[in-house]
Amino acid sequence: MTGVLLQVDDLAVEFDTPKGPLRAVRGVSFQVGEGETLAIVGESGSGKSVTAHTLMGLVPLRARIVSGRVTIEGRDVTGLSDKEWRELRGERIAMIFQDPLSALNPSLTVGYQIAEMFRRHRRLGRKESRRLAVGLMEQVGIPDAERRLDDHPHRFSGGMRQRVMIAIALALDPRLLIADEPTTALDVTVQAQILRLLRQRQRADRLGMIIISHDLGVVARAADRVAVMYAGRIVETGTVAEVYERPAHPYTLGLMRAVPTPRDGGAPLEAIDGQPPDLLAPPDGCAFHPRCPFARDKCREVDPEQHELGPRRASACHFAEEVMTGVHTGHG
Amino acid sequence: MSTPVMDEPILELDDLVTSYRLTRGIGRSGGEVRAVAGVSLTVRAGETVGLVGESGCGKSTVARTIVGLVRPSSGRVLFEGRDLSTLPAQEMRLLRQDIQLIFQDPYASLNPRMTVAALLKEPWRIHRGLVPRERWDEEVRSLLDRVGLRAEHADRYPHQFSGGQRQRIAIARALAVRPRLIVCDESVSALDVSVRAQILNLLKDLQRDLGVAYLFISHDLGVVRHICDRVAVMYLGKIVEVGSKDSVYRHPSHPYTQALLSAAPSLDDWRDDERREIVLGGDVPSPLSPPSGCRFRTRCWQAQDRCREEEPALIERDTDHPVACHFPAPS
Repeated sequence: MTGVLLQVDDLAVEFDTPKGPLRAVRGVSFQVGEGETLAIVGESGSGKSVTAHTLMGLVPLRARIVSGRVTIEGRDVTGLSDKEWRELRGERIAMIFQDPLSALNPSLTVGYQIAEMFRRHRRLGRKESRRLAVGLMEQVGIPDAERRLDDHPHRFSGGMRQRVMIAIALALDPRLLIADEPTTALDVTVQAQILRLLRQRQRADRLGMIIISHDLGVVARAADRVAVMYAGRIVETGTVAEVYERPAHPYTLGLMRAVPTPRDGGAPLEAIDGQPPDLLAPPDGCAFHPRCPFARDKCREVDPEQHELGPRRASACHFAEEVMTGVHTGHG
Repeated sequence: MSTPVMDEPILELDDLVTSYRLTRGIGRSGGEVRAVAGVSLTVRAGETVGLVGESGCGKSTVARTIVGLVRPSSGRVLFEGRDLSTLPAQEMRLLRQDIQLIFQDPYASLNPRMTVAALLKEPWRIHRGLVPRERWDEEVRSLLDRVGLRAEHADRYPHQFSGGQRQRIAIARALAVRPRLIVCDESVSALDVSVRAQILNLLKDLQRDLGVAYLFISHDLGVVRHICDRVAVMYLGKIVEVGSKDSVYRHPSHPYTQALLSAAPSLDDWRDDERREIVLGGDVPSPLSPPSGCRFRTRCWQAQDRCREEEPALIERDTDHPVACHFPAPS
């Protein structure tokens, strides 16, 4: 991998709740290189979104980083002040969200909000900023950019709003882009447009990108590497091909089998029994063991460490080799 | 519930049109949106028909019209051959038992102040005689068991359940009146993958055991392929293609269906060449002023003059199933 843009080591984030501390992220480590897209996949409550927000210095209310370190382009950003974060955000690392309408200011024109990036961060004049904003809008595929500059966000469709968000995120040429469920709120055909746009921009600018998603299908086409999260942990990492062809964690395997595919012929899906654990009282041992068909005594007692299965390929399962050899998902 | 006879149509939509009247607002004159602009569709006893489309295509309005939440502007909804709009109120109420609706968000559709037992018993208070009062508790237990919940869940409130369990409660409640048709409107869309699989399996089991038919409305093509026998694809208020699951998925004939299938990556085709991916330009036009001729032509890469001038009928062409396109891909 050339040039590590983002390094996360043993990150843990805890929420204060009336019922006690809730550990939403429980020791997460990963890297993102230049020109590389990492997908973080997980279901609701897995900690994927909290992880993403923490990388942007947006630690949620009543939450705090209890341990670990986040390094962006070699700089430790874990203890940065709000002011230092404001300088970093947009410039080096940017983010787009699931719902662009709530991320945009409804009372300001789209052009103003894009141009604001140049006025604020680059101290450029009004005219110059507008000119750059039009260029950006064209780059992200907003037709008739010149005229649409003075429209308010509500005049744009969901897909066009997400394009506006992407324009704002890319305005200052950041090196790292975090996309938190960027297409979840969009229709299927618009989702395809946005994913294609992200892929084009990412390749053209050699961005490091993180896509947070619950959708294994979306991730498969959009990413190079995958990290699967469950109950606040990364349970498996590898390239898309490695993880999809030979999953090394029973949770990944279960997720893949739970998704209908053209080949299942309508046969019953192999659902994962039960529910994700209550993170206020996580089970002893491996957090997945109550739902795991491979679980044995060791799993109930010892929380498995990540173990390496190859270069940048790891699984947090005591029986990873067994999971890998004993199965074939048929998704290859 | 009577023994279902397969192949017998229980629900027929006949050129159904449902419009919403727009209220006059600032700078906007009133008018009508034809959310459903002439839809014909049949659901047979014991089968599952998928209705697929993106937001604003009118699929939810179809659901709301079938269950009587909105009235059709024209066309007919026939249940077991009887036109729902001409039935006397008394008979209508009886018939309402036979058609149940399950929404996307079970939390919004379950009264938070009622226990599960009370929620399940409520329909029996309305549809008197369906279940004798002395058998209510027993019936509640049996319903909970059927949807994979435990007897002790009867005394809990909706907020004490997870999303998947709440959807089980909504299903149990729909089953409480022994319907012959359940309209599922994005009923598994809000669920996580692992839980969604549980609910899809449950719906299939119920159909096998009880013979209930489903009209399964969803934007998720993968889920529809899994659960449905037949599928209809909707675009801007109209059905553009309808047929057996196998014929539509193997030989999508309408360009819109092709684009939908291409845009929704399944786990099996993630290796597909991205240059072959069909990515439609633009957005769905407003149903307030749909394009002339074929409604899809503004986004269609095959559109020709004829598409602007003449609306294509939903008929079999060089295809093994009906498609509303002048230039369909042959099956």
